[in-house]
Amino acid sequence: MRYPAFLQRIADRADVQPVRILTFSINGQAVSAREDETILSVARENGISIPTLCHLDGLSERGACRLCIVEIKGSPKLSPSCVTLPRQDMEVITNSDRVLDYRRKILELLFTERNHICSVCVSNGHCDLQSLTTELGMTHVHYDYLHTRHAVDASHERFSVDHNRCVLCQRCIRVCEEIEGAHTWDVMGRGYLSKVITDLNQPWGESTSCTGCGKCVQVCPTGALSEKGKSVAEMTKKRQFLPYLKLMRGDESR
Amino acid sequence: MTIEELQDIGKIEKEKQEGFKYRIHVCVAAGCLSSQSGLVKEALEKEVARRGLESWALVKGVGCLGLCTAGPMVAIEPDGLLYQGVSVSDASDILEALGGPPVNRLDCSAHLPFFARQRKIVLENCGHIDPESIEDYVAEGGYEGLYNALRTMTPAGVIEQITKSGLRGRGGAGFPTGLKWTAVSKTKSNVKFVICNADEGDPGAFMDRSVLESDPHRVLEGMAIAGLAVGANYGFVYVRAEYPLAVKRIRTAIARAERLGVLGRNIFNTTFSFDVTVRLGAGAFVCGEETALIASIEGRRGSPRPRPPFPSELGLWGYPTLINNVETFANVPPIIRKGGAWFASIGTEKSKGTKVFALAGRVNNTGLIEAPMGTTLREIVFDIGGGVTGDRKFKAILTGGPSGGCIPAQFLDMSMDYESLAQVGAIMGSGGLIVMDDSSCMVDVAKFFIEFCMSESCGKCVPCRVGTVQIYNLLKRITEGGGKPSDIELLEELCDLVKNTSLCGLGQTAPNPVLSTMRYFMDEYKAHIEDKVCPAGTCHMNPTE
Repeated sequence: MRYPAFLQRIADRADVQPVRILTFSINGQAVSAREDETILSVARENGISIPTLCHLDGLSERGACRLCIVEIKGSPKLSPSCVTLPRQDMEVITNSDRVLDYRRKILELLFTERNHICSVCVSNGHCDLQSLTTELGMTHVHYDYLHTRHAVDASHERFSVDHNRCVLCQRCIRVCEEIEGAHTWDVMGRGYLSKVITDLNQPWGESTSCTGCGKCVQVCPTGALSEKGKSVAEMTKKRQFLPYLKLMRGDESR
Repeated sequence: MTIEELQDIGKIEKEKQEGFKYRIHVCVAAGCLSSQSGLVKEALEKEVARRGLESWALVKGVGCLGLCTAGPMVAIEPDGLLYQGVSVSDASDILEALGGPPVNRLDCSAHLPFFARQRKIVLENCGHIDPESIEDYVAEGGYEGLYNALRTMTPAGVIEQITKSGLRGRGGAGFPTGLKWTAVSKTKSNVKFVICNADEGDPGAFMDRSVLESDPHRVLEGMAIAGLAVGANYGFVYVRAEYPLAVKRIRTAIARAERLGVLGRNIFNTTFSFDVTVRLGAGAFVCGEETALIASIEGRRGSPRPRPPFPSELGLWGYPTLINNVETFANVPPIIRKGGAWFASIGTEKSKGTKVFALAGRVNNTGLIEAPMGTTLREIVFDIGGGVTGDRKFKAILTGGPSGGCIPAQFLDMSMDYESLAQVGAIMGSGGLIVMDDSSCMVDVAKFFIEFCMSESCGKCVPCRVGTVQIYNLLKRITEGGGKPSDIELLEELCDLVKNTSLCGLGQTAPNPVLSTMRYFMDEYKAHIEDKVCPAGTCHMNPTE
């Protein structure tokens, strides 16, 4: 769209933000946003909580865990708020019964997939998956447990990976690729048989690309990646550094 | 090259072939090749040479003749005779019979409803032209559409014809092709791409494969016209490595087209250039999903990403990209040649043109067919398909493969178009049709397809990755006699969850076979669970408790 000439001269100025600002509503609350912000970040800015698992501030979005789904008025489809951009006058509902019900069931599915027994886990009490159960009011699992069995890799001198606790959120992969720049981690296999691997599925300790920075361990939401020497409930994660690292690398988009 | 020069190439080729009194067409598409039509062709050539008839009879390899179940197929032109189940030892008899009465034991009437009830647009050249000869394609009016589009039409004019034709994506979802082309053409970018999706992975489907094997130039021409219309100069054909013959033929076709100057740099001496490259898929069903396909071409793991942004805006390597299915591109040259209005006159109100179906399962005439949109299921199964094998009772037909649904006998008179199919809980899909008789257990069918989706799920999003396993486990338990009454409710709940919360089309449609069989064949589920009996007798029931 071209503006009238007097306005276009201003719009063309290089020092003016080229991004539009728009207003929409979340749960009836009016909010304003840049057009390139996600619904999730606008919601959180305004104190509206939306549960997430694969999302982590500072990392690229995956839209994979499906816990942040929201309803948008006029659309029969549910949208993952972490990758959906707002439109002017859009009406977003984050807490309808339908959405809450789906989120709880998705979380249940995650608990059936692999072995998530909190009482014997290094991350007990400091686990994103565990916190989600309280946040979403999940009290029990009404599907059958699958509990696929995986070997533990403790070949690295400082860290270990227990695939039985992994939720395949791919945070480790992203932090390693996008922030550390090593791309040690990746996924192997398909569907419920997929698994995160180091290098070309070598033991972690033999990885030639791993720098041993430990960022993957800090961003892991569960006890899948942990520091050695930590016993039950002792593994607390330090991930406050992330947004700053991203900033230092020169990526200004939030 | 001018249009006259192009037409001359065709004319010379046609005259050359018509110089032979008899032309013996041997099907050399994958179906017949696997029943040794290659050897039959060789035997016929030898026999012709032995009898010294080289200037009198021409033996030519052609694309799919359609009736795959009766392969190897041989057609005799200009008599219009059709022989089925031909073996090497029949070569001498076939030549002996030329000009006289046909060989009775091999005769397969070309007037069978199987052939008479079809209407061919996409497959018009299949069975007539040699897929490895570009001259043969040109003789049938090939590349004239591209010439017209380049020399007499504007890109906007091309898109207008496509929009007017009402063509919809043949890959499954039925998105209006004109709309997609318009979207890509409106993007501002110096680099754009056209991708042909030939990653056909539905069990029992072989439409795209046959088109690529029988008439590869048609797809290339469609892609080049699309490139011209949207402003793209590069094309990719993403074809699965499991189709070696299709890969070979499309590669040959690209080389021949480049040599003739109808592909590559400065096509028809204009400023328009269009290069096509073949990329092979490594056998992942999910790579038929457009964003996963793009990731695969880029050399990354083939897993889908959330849309929007759609590939038309942010596609291959971040550039605007047009992705269409093989059959969609194959429809383009005739539309440009004959006009959008002509195409729009075929089919139903909202679904135009014809659709190619791969007819498989318990049906007499297994093979490749093409029928106008709006043809009823009954016509397809009983007239074209020749009815259910062994005169058994028709039970259901599955459309759209693992993303589709089972349609029961009560809907046999339903018209085959996008809307009607969606109404009964099925989808058009890419065109695979699997006929099932009363010996098929519908719970078992549902289990088979959910198992397929379970093992083909990429594992990225939770509902598809874990939900499909849960559904499979429930169905497995039911078919083994361990089902509980509460399982029905649990199944419905899981299907609803996977359908509504999955990231891409694979997960969103994976529960369809389960949902549709539960909708129409609930009594079978109940029999398995309550009476521990499989009515069709397929499942081995051994209740553990």
